[in-house]
Formats: sequence, C-alpha cells, structure tokens
Amino acid sequence: MDDYRGQEPAWCPGCGNFQILTAVKQALIELGLMPHQVLLVSGIGQSSKLPHYMRCNTFNGLHGRTLPVATGAKLANHELVVIAVAGDGDCYGEGGNHLIHTIRRNIDITLLVHNNQIYGLTKGQASPTSDAGMVTKLQPHGVVLSPFNPIAFAVSMDAGFVARGFSGDIPHLTEMIKEGIGHRGFSMIDILQPCVTFNKLNTYAWYRERVYRLSDHDPYDRRLAFERALEWGERIPIGVIYRNHRPAFEGLVPALKKGLLVEDAGRPPIDTLLNQLY
Amino acid sequence: MVVDYTIKIGGEAGQGLQTIGYILARVLVRAGYHVFANQDYESRIRGGHNFFQIRFSDKRVLSASEGVDILVALDRASIERHRGELTGDGMILYDPDSLKVRYREPFFLDVPMQALAIDAGGRVMMNTVAVGAVLGMLNHDFGILEDVLKETFMKKGTEVVENNIKAGRSGYEYAKENCRRCVFVLSGGDGRRRMLISGNEALAIGAINAGCRFISAYPMTPSTGIITYMASKAEEFSIVAEQAEDEIAAINMAIGASFAGVRAMTATSGGGFCLMTEGVSLAGMTETPIVIVLAQRPGPATGLPTRTEQGELFFSLFSGHGEFPRAILAPRDAEDAFYTIQKAFNIAEKYQSVVFVMSDQHLADSYWSVDGLDPQRIGIERGLLQDDEVSEGYLRHRITETGVSPRAIPGQAGKAVVVTDSDEHDEEGHIIEDAAMRKAMVEKRMKKQEGIASEISIPALYGDERPDILLIGWGSTHGAIIEAVDILNKKGVNTSMLHLNEIWPLHPKVADIIHGAGTAYTVENNFTGQLGRLIRMETGLDLKGSITRYDGRPFTAGEIVRRVEDAING
Repeated sequence: MDDYRGQEPAWCPGCGNFQILTAVKQALIELGLMPHQVLLVSGIGQSSKLPHYMRCNTFNGLHGRTLPVATGAKLANHELVVIAVAGDGDCYGEGGNHLIHTIRRNIDITLLVHNNQIYGLTKGQASPTSDAGMVTKLQPHGVVLSPFNPIAFAVSMDAGFVARGFSGDIPHLTEMIKEGIGHRGFSMIDILQPCVTFNKLNTYAWYRERVYRLSDHDPYDRRLAFERALEWGERIPIGVIYRNHRPAFEGLVPALKKGLLVEDAGRPPIDTLLNQLY
Repeated sequence: MVVDYTIKIGGEAGQGLQTIGYILARVLVRAGYHVFANQDYESRIRGGHNFFQIRFSDKRVLSASEGVDILVALDRASIERHRGELTGDGMILYDPDSLKVRYREPFFLDVPMQALAIDAGGRVMMNTVAVGAVLGMLNHDFGILEDVLKETFMKKGTEVVENNIKAGRSGYEYAKENCRRCVFVLSGGDGRRRMLISGNEALAIGAINAGCRFISAYPMTPSTGIITYMASKAEEFSIVAEQAEDEIAAINMAIGASFAGVRAMTATSGGGFCLMTEGVSLAGMTETPIVIVLAQRPGPATGLPTRTEQGELFFSLFSGHGEFPRAILAPRDAEDAFYTIQKAFNIAEKYQSVVFVMSDQHLADSYWSVDGLDPQRIGIERGLLQDDEVSEGYLRHRITETGVSPRAIPGQAGKAVVVTDSDEHDEEGHIIEDAAMRKAMVEKRMKKQEGIASEISIPALYGDERPDILLIGWGSTHGAIIEAVDILNKKGVNTSMLHLNEIWPLHPKVADIIHGAGTAYTVENNFTGQLGRLIRMETGLDLKGSITRYDGRPFTAGEIVRRVEDAING
C-alpha cells in the first residue's frame, strides 16, 4: 500500500470516492503491478482527483477528454496498464462521443466511471444519470430528461467488458477492477457511488436496499446481459454484466506489430519516399 | 529566350483533372523544367467547375501566372470562364464531339479526344489523349509521357498501360499534325533532375523524417492529405495514423501519445481547430509537446471549404485560454514545409510546448519542382532525459532557470512516475491552490518563451537593405511576392521583400528592417492585415498598410505589382 501512497484527499468526509480509491489500490497490489507500470488518466470532477491521492503515472487532463488521452498514451506505449478515471458528467455528458468510439475501437483501457448521479465539483446540478424528477438548484422543477443507462448503452455497443460496481462493496469492486484490467480490450466499470453532500436521493441506504451481487449470470450471453442492464429500481445488479471476445485494437494496428511505438522513435530512412517524387 | 508557359486544364469535378494535371506536371519536371502547379476546385464530388494549372519554365517559378498559353477545356464552362486569360499565341484544346459545340475562332484546336480514346480502348482514356495532345501542341518529345504512364498504370496491368500509351500517342500525333497555329518554342529545360512535391506531401514526409510516429486527425479540407499520406506509410514506417471521432479527440490523443513519449501531431483546418483550442491550452499547462498543422481556408464557419486564406494568424496566436508560450511557423512552399515541420518538432520537444505550422489550401494542394530535399539538414532534438538520469523522486515540472523541466516519460527507468495535471500543479505535477506555487509555475512556463524566441531564425530580406518599398509577407504568399518584387525592380521601383516563415515569437530584426525601408506594406490573404497588426503590437511600428486579398484565391505576382503601383500613385 505504501508504494501507492499519494497526496491528502480533498474529498468530503464519507464520500464514496475514498472506497473507490481503496479498491483501485487493492486491485493493483493484488495484480502485482508497480506504480511505474500504471498510467492513470483522469478528466475533471471530484472523481478525477483520484490519481493525485495515490502514486503512479498520472495525466489529469480536461473535462470529458479522459478517453482520447488514454487512447493516445496506450498506442504510444501499449505495455503501460492504462486506467481512465472519470465521473458520470465527465464521461457520459461532456465526453459522450469519446465513449462511443472508444468502445468501437476496443482499445485495452480500463474505464472507471464514478457514477454518483449528480455533479459534485460544480455543487449539485443534475448529471446524465440523475433520476427523472430529482430536484436540484438548477433543476428546481425536477429533472425532466430521461436518465442515461450506461450499462445498456455499452451492451448495445457490444463493448468488450461491461461491469457495475458499488463503492459500498469494496471487495467486490476490487474484483471488478482486477477483471477489467485483466480483460484484453476496452473494459468499462460503472461504479455506483453516493454523494453524501449533494445527492440526497441515492444515499448509501438507498443503494444498500437495492444492490445485489450477480450470480448464475452468463456475461457472454448478450440477451441476458440486456435484461440485467435494464434492471434498475427495486433491485440493482452489480458484477460483470457483459463481455465478449472482440480482438483488442492494439493487435489490429499495423504500426504496433514490431513493438512499442515509443521504442522506435528515431529517424527512419526516407529515401524511398523521396525517390517516388522524381 | 526564356520558356515560361502556362497550361490550364479545366472541367468538372469527377473528370480526373487532378490525374492529368499531375501526369503532365511530372512529364515537364522530368523533361528538365521548373514547374509550379496549383489547383482550384469546388466543394463537391461531381460537376461544378475546377481547374489544375501548370506553369513551367527553364527558370525557377514559384507562383501562378495570369496568362494561359494552352487551355485544355473538358467542359464548355472552362472556355467561357478562361478564354479571356489566353496569351497572344494561346490556344484552346477541346473536343467538339464531347462538348457538343464547335468554335470557329483560330485559337481553338479541335481534337476528337473521345473518338481517339475509344479507338485506343475506352472513353475513360480521354484524359490521356488530352495529355498527349498538349505535348503535341508543344512539339515536346513523347518518350517521357510513355514512362510516366507506365509508372502510373503499372498496378492496373500491361493492357491498361499499353492502351494508355496508345491513347496518349494518338492525341500527341493528332495535335502535332493539326495545330498549325501552335508556335510554342521549348528549350529542353536545364536537364536537372527534380522532384515534384505538394505542400501536404512535404509536411507529411517532413514529419516522418522528424521521427513523428503518431498523427490523429479528423478529415478536413485542405489538411486531410497529410494524415492520408502518413496512413499510406503506416506499416512501413511504424506510424499510428488514427482517424479520431472529432477534433477534440484528435488533439487529446496526440497529447496522450506525446506524454507517453512519441513525437505526435495533428492537422486540421480552422473549423476543426476551433474544437481543438481546449487541447492547445491543455498542452500549454501540462507542458506536453505537440505540433499542429493548421491548414487555413476562408472562414468564418464553413466558409469556402476548398479555397485559400490566411485568416488564422491571430487565432493560432491567441488560441487556448490562459497564458502560455508557443511558436508559430509558416512555411513558404513545399520545400520549406519539409524542413519547417522538422524544426517544429524540435521546438515543441525542447520547450515542451505547442508549435503551429501554418498551412493553407494554396500551400497544401500546390506542387513545386524541387532540386532535392536533404533528410539530414535538420537534426532530431528530443530534449528527453536518458534512462540513467531518471530517479525515483522525479519531478515532471521541476522549476529551472530556463523554465524547461527535464522530461521523462511514463514507464521509463524503473520506479519513477511521471505526473501532470491540467489544474495548476506543483513541481511533481500534483494539483495545488497555493498562490506562491501558482506564481512560480506561471513564471516557469512563460520563461520558456525566451528559449523559443532564441530558436527563431533571423528573417531573410530579399533585395536591397534600404528599399523604397518593402513588402512583408508570411506563409504561402512567398512565391507571388518574390516574383512581384522582381517585376517591380525591373520597372524601376526599388522594392524588397521581408518574408516570415517563422512568425512567432516575432524576431527583433523585423523592426530594424522596417526602419530601413521607405514604405512598408504587408501582403496577406486576409481582410484585416493580421501580420501588420501583429508587427504593430510587438514593435509599435505603424506600417503604411496591407495589400490584402480575401476572395478565397491566391495572389498572383501581377496583382501585387498593380496594387503596389496603385498605392504609389494613389
């Protein structure tokens, strides 16, 4: 754990982010990974401060842009374990287009979405996953938009690995993160996380009443995965909801066949290119 | 006598103008001439009116001329639009059958191109007949065309090659026999071997030579040719050429790749660059090297997608929120583009900064004959730490005297980790709020501007050191301005040119040169005279004015001469 010790967190006491941080560290330790082998890319939001509170290679970029930065870094050095950390506003709102296309690319990145169904950093506005009817200062008459269902979306996109975790269940979440990192290709883990300051609706108690660990579920069966993806309300499943064997993007990029891009960075002979112009 | 002829091929989109224009230009380069070729096309796949114009000479030519010696008209519109450009001995080559019209004036040469093509094996070879006919009109040797056709169609098999040669020859012989009015005199060029290269090709090959291994971009005219070229060489040169989902992703991917240690770039045009500006700022804050080719076209908004303009000098200079250093380079032609983009990568990595390479449609799509390109002229300076220089307590944003922090990459040398943040950060790269550290970091980043400034070459003056008239330009207007300067001097107007291919930071010598001149104007493909304003901002010097053009078309030397004369007399 000491290898991964970082700065003092500036989150609210009781925030679900603390539990996610613990699970991330625990997963990396259990996988035997050292900080210098891992790159955490984050965006903007309370979730995205996570890399600062541990120790590993870090690129804390812009709101919504976690996935493209992670994609570029992974292509440059595909030996790095690249983990993208984002929030529901960051990834499902601002960066929605990147999510669509990162799923299509199926690059070997593990995406952790801290989904607290609210905007924390900007102090309590609705997020793409806020339940309809939720009242906030900016939505005084309640949220009118239908909530985004990230799990059903990812399954419909045929994402390589789709899981849901709950910050209140650290051992289970640790397993999800380990499986996600182990999956060759893009893995998305939506993590239900209470916001103790702004979300008075989806509290620890609210989640604890509903969340259950999936068992006897075949994640390779897309039809069943859809059924679990649509389950929300009385009962909310957590676990690996869907996975498949789509080949990872890195293996399909011709330039990476010879090795790491970063190790092949010198001046190539361009005589053939110049000769073609005469 | 100096050979200096212009051939204009006009027609609709989809008629293959680019292919015949390129084949003809190659033939003329191989024959030993200097060639400049530019393209004018509409934003459509079929129809409309496009042209490909080739100027060739036995002296160096750098821009398009206003007169046309041979107009190859593949449609009627070409004749109506361009007949006024014909020179005294100029001729129009057309096919009365396919245009369904017959012109009686003596400067028309009727060539049954369609019929000759069908005889040779198919209507599709009309263009080859046209190329042959042009060479016949010029009374030029046919052999080189035969070689170029072989190379062009080799992949399609010997039958296609043979048929094309047959088509070319029939056009050649027909024109040679029937063009009694053709009085073109050729010299055979100077016999030197030259290459023919476009701006986009030069930028792509220059980037490859600089060791760039990553380009992410979203297709946008006129920049697309760069990533397309690099994608075609991706396997051979281990380049990742990724079409991003949007320009935001494009720049962020390139930043991610650069952070992880490879030379990375993106290329776009104004509208796409609008989306990239947050990434420019991100690169500034995280001190991640990035090269951005900004291929300008007329705006605002979608503007004229396939035309040229220099409207984004200020946009690149002020793009991205917050204050951080940058460099702006603006190659004058394809040869310069090859070297300039290599320098851009060096500045970007040495100063961990954003470097712009300003292109435009005129540079991107035009072709120049070039004596040769030297792959070793610009070295690769990466400014990276060696493995044994990286230790566990590594600080990515260490404050140094030059402002440049020693740069390591993730995964390098064992236990060190590399941390950076778009938030203000400490030396290690972690988020902070502290006022003193904020101040120190701003000063550290801005300090790099001095280092960048030291990389800017002394601007070259063309002509007298103390001229009556000084024309100041940047980027792709170079060729037209330099030819205008020659014409004006011949007319007795003492004129020099100051051309900036490295604009920002502005070199202090610019002010000295302006002080030494009588009257100074900028010549710019925009409305507001942005370089003139930039010079005033930096030096306090008020220029006499700007000679501007903003109709989406490039300057010609003739136009600049007239505008200068008007200014003097007016």
